[in-house]
Amino acid sequence: MVKEKKAKTRKKVSYAKWGYIFLIPFFATYSIFSLIPLINTFYNSLFENYRSGLTHIGPNFVGFQNYISIFQSDLLKYFGNTMILWVIGFVPQIIISLILAVWFADFRMKLRGSAFFKTIIYLPNVIMAASFAMLIFALFSDNGPMNNLLMKAGMSDEPIRFLATVWGTRGLIGLMNFMMWFGNTTILLMAAIMGVDASLFEAASIDGAKSLQIFTKVTMPIIRPIFVYVLITSMIGGLQMFDVPQVLTNAQGTPDRTSMTLIMFLNNHLYSKNYGMAGALSVILFIITAVLSLFVFFILTNSGDKKGGR
Amino acid sequence: MKKKVVSGLLCAVMVASLTAGCGAKSTQTQETTKGSTTETTSKEAEAKKEEPGKEGKVINIYVWNDEFKARYEDYYASKLPAGYTVNFVTTPSENNAYQNALDEALLNQADAKADDKVDMFLVEADYILKYVNSDSTLDLKEIGITDQDMSKQYDYTKVIAQDTKGAQKGISWQGCPGLYIYRRSIAKDVLGTDDPAEVQKAINDWDSFDKTAAKMKDKGYYMVSGFDDTYRTFSNNVSSPWVNGDKVVIDPKIEKWIEQTKNYTDKGYNQKTVLWAAEWASGQGPDSKVFGYFMPAWGVDFVMAKNSLAKAEADGGKQEAGNGTFGDWAATIGPESYNWGGTWLCAAAGTDNADIVADIMKTICTDDATMKKIVEEKNDFVNNKTVMEALAKSDYKSEFLGGQNPLQMYCDAAEKIDMSKISPYDQGLNESIQTAMHDYFNGTVDKDTAMKNFYTSLKEKYPELKTE
Repeated sequence: MVKEKKAKTRKKVSYAKWGYIFLIPFFATYSIFSLIPLINTFYNSLFENYRSGLTHIGPNFVGFQNYISIFQSDLLKYFGNTMILWVIGFVPQIIISLILAVWFADFRMKLRGSAFFKTIIYLPNVIMAASFAMLIFALFSDNGPMNNLLMKAGMSDEPIRFLATVWGTRGLIGLMNFMMWFGNTTILLMAAIMGVDASLFEAASIDGAKSLQIFTKVTMPIIRPIFVYVLITSMIGGLQMFDVPQVLTNAQGTPDRTSMTLIMFLNNHLYSKNYGMAGALSVILFIITAVLSLFVFFILTNSGDKKGGR
Repeated sequence: MKKKVVSGLLCAVMVASLTAGCGAKSTQTQETTKGSTTETTSKEAEAKKEEPGKEGKVINIYVWNDEFKARYEDYYASKLPAGYTVNFVTTPSENNAYQNALDEALLNQADAKADDKVDMFLVEADYILKYVNSDSTLDLKEIGITDQDMSKQYDYTKVIAQDTKGAQKGISWQGCPGLYIYRRSIAKDVLGTDDPAEVQKAINDWDSFDKTAAKMKDKGYYMVSGFDDTYRTFSNNVSSPWVNGDKVVIDPKIEKWIEQTKNYTDKGYNQKTVLWAAEWASGQGPDSKVFGYFMPAWGVDFVMAKNSLAKAEADGGKQEAGNGTFGDWAATIGPESYNWGGTWLCAAAGTDNADIVADIMKTICTDDATMKKIVEEKNDFVNNKTVMEALAKSDYKSEFLGGQNPLQMYCDAAEKIDMSKISPYDQGLNESIQTAMHDYFNGTVDKDTAMKNFYTSLKEKYPELKTE
């Protein structure tokens, strides 16, 4: 009886609409918290709108004037800074993470206490970036413990002024980003490697492949989609780099504004309540990030097709 | 069927509550982002209507450090009527952070609850014009502070706090003439004497200052601590304000500071420190090789006395001769008279506790007995000619300065101060040029690049200014 009834109603009622209804909360939150602000930001970027002292100037419609001023300023330099800072942190990060991930996932090595190490390497990410940057700032200051150590060990006669040199500052920022994120990357890559069919590794080792060969010929090709995902998300994260250089250089991006990232530049405009310029910069950042995201989207969907065909 | 209705209803409720909750928020944010002048004026009118009889019991004072708080605790707190509390809202001043926080609060003044309103705020000389020329400050006459009350104050401290129509909008308890504060032991070692009059001969003008710096270098000492130490002696003696109309002007005096500091850095006359940094502060402590610092009275009391100690007060040390370099200092006029800083008290428009605000101002800034105590106990230089002249001729001694009475020097310098060359943008511009030039002094960039960085950063801070 009951079954019959259900079968009847199924014919009449389209369940698809419930799917849409249950999707409404997501779209509602998305449009309110993301889409409307996004459109609003673009709208704001077309106005001259800032505060001079206690008087508000604007909003006056100026068309794309803000975009022109942004491109006339040092936008490309800050983009370059951001990318350089990201690369300095990312290269060691991905190498170490790959090695650790392969070791942790290798069933033949049977590393002891891997759960312990997984926790430890993730820990730096738990510390707030600002306090981490303050710590490094104190450690590497002109009279700081690092300089004391170097001078006591006889490696340097004079204190090394890390934060007064371009590559000292950039190196420290890279070091911090590396320490904060390699644990996270390791765990992602390890998950990818553990998802690989163990028989493939066995087959390769029976055929006499060395571990390096297994890594380059078996592991890497299979985890490539995840690898690309890690790369792109890290790059998007890198584009949004802010807290570490902001705190380390006291918001100045010193020396010579070579550690000024895009978001710090944005923050400078927001700090003086210059909504027009900040809006324009945000839109540019959005476009860059969107392009990168589309890139990762297509890579992921393409690889999905391949899997389906296999 | 019932189930379906119920689940459908639930769904609807959920969605409705979600959108309702968020909807309210989004309108709120829209309102705040608008925050335009027209809106606030209409709201101000509203707020004024409901004001009478609705006095809060909390007095909010906006400050950027603990200096005034200490004065308040020591010299006013006991007079506060019962039932009232004073709440200090502290935002560090660096990078315009204090001004931004204050602006935000003042613009929301009309909407704030009585207990949240800004009642009094402090401003520095570097940006005082911005506030005295705005509607956010009250004419002190309105709250009962008369010209008679202020008659003993130094003129420049009054003129600087007047708006374009001459209304008195701020009042200060201190004067900030600066002197050169040097280490007695180093003076004896290099110059053979620690007598202020003799030392003054060695640094009477910039040429002799340079020569003495070379002597210091030969004996392994540093003339000044870092890049920013001589800045105020130049920036306070400029011939024109930083900003003319909306155009930024680099004064020859600023050029001279850049040239001199680069020269000192290359020759090793300074320790390459940055103002307020840990290395800069430790230069005032034991084991330091720095000969002296340019400091006004507040710098001696509020900064150097603390930094000089070998055993910090927190560890049970005392401010007494023999603890670190305390007592090993002396003051002399230096190559140029100048003013550095100074704190003015302003009554915020819309305050609900005007009487108490006025009483705090009167007690700390005009009362002879209180001000005399401030000098004797805290070594501050108070803004009261009668008190200062009397103390200058008395047997007043500064323990920190090894028993010297520096007050006559301060008094003389105070009379010479000219604060007519300030602009509302001074804080941002002073900070930006110092930061930008550090790269040049460090040798990271050439001067043109440093200049360009200075212009870039002030474009970000003050979009309305023109640079070229």
